[in-house]
Amino acid sequence: MTENIPENTSSETPPKKGMPLWAQITGWGVMIALLLIVFVGLQRAREGNVQAGAETASFDFTLPLFEGYEYEGKDEVSLTDLRGKIVVLNFWATWCVPCQQEADEMEEAWQHYQPDGDVVFIGVDYVDTEPEALAYLEEYGITYPNGPDMGTEISQAFRIQGVPETYFLDRDGVVQYVQKGPFATTQQIIGIVESLK
Amino acid sequence: MKKLNILILLIILTSLLAALPVSAQEGDNEVTDDEVNAIARELFCPVCENTPLDVCETQACKQWRELIRTKLEEGWTEEEIKQYFVDNYGARVLSEPPKKGFNLLVYFVPPIIILIGVVILFRAFKEWQGDNDYEDEDIETLEATEPETSENDSDANDYMAQFEEELKKTK
Repeated sequence: MTENIPENTSSETPPKKGMPLWAQITGWGVMIALLLIVFVGLQRAREGNVQAGAETASFDFTLPLFEGYEYEGKDEVSLTDLRGKIVVLNFWATWCVPCQQEADEMEEAWQHYQPDGDVVFIGVDYVDTEPEALAYLEEYGITYPNGPDMGTEISQAFRIQGVPETYFLDRDGVVQYVQKGPFATTQQIIGIVESLK
Repeated sequence: MKKLNILILLIILTSLLAALPVSAQEGDNEVTDDEVNAIARELFCPVCENTPLDVCETQACKQWRELIRTKLEEGWTEEEIKQYFVDNYGARVLSEPPKKGFNLLVYFVPPIIILIGVVILFRAFKEWQGDNDYEDEDIETLEATEPETSENDSDANDYMAQFEEELKKTK
């Protein structure tokens, strides 16, 4: 009887070849890197726009101004140049109907503060065409410095969700108030600026 | 009557001569919708989600198509117009991201993942095939050496019960 019992067959099992260590490490590395990219992207999308209390020093920008506009004799304006002043940063576009609704109010508020020189209004034209933008500025008689958001770098830095959006920065460049959508009255804009003084 | 015919002929000739330079001028600078759309379809609307510029019907897209037309009329090339859009609205307006920097991931990661998947599948199939061959060999070996073990479990249990019963009887 015992003669018929087969010998231990497990010893005859061919050794299984696993994936090489370098391939395993590379594979896991790629997977983790991709997951991280997706996670960071989702996290950034979930954050929404820059909120009150955010420092703007990390995303300083230089805005080239449209022809016919200047700031202190220069055809561009840098955020760092505006330290020590209250800044009203308005994102707009010609194709944006609510932007047209607040255009007069913005200009009126600017006219209110311009003589003092303590408050600076900056218009950032978001993904627009220059001929239409210039026509729009002329139509609404907008005189405060305006320029195109080249490569959408400024709007990306502020992570704007749409237009119009207006950011009120204090003298240290810290965002103190964010207005999503158009202003209803000039007094609303003046009220916010006064709260920062 | 003859004078009238000559006058009509002169008027017609003058009209034709006057019209010729105008039609030639229009023909030189005329940019067709097809030419505009050929570039527009290579670009995406910067403010809409995944909408090519040639089929986008928003006011902004109409402005951008008009801008393409203006640039073409000014003699800009397709590459110059695309670069203008990238400079103004960012690389995201391109239907194909430029092959540099972070964008390279778009071109390299998917083929690498597909390649890894193919290797894994190939190895897995090979492994399964190896296991099946080995199991077949096992069965053949067992059948050759111990044919009794090929009985199913219930038969074996019955056999063992019967064996134990017979053993008790002999005691």
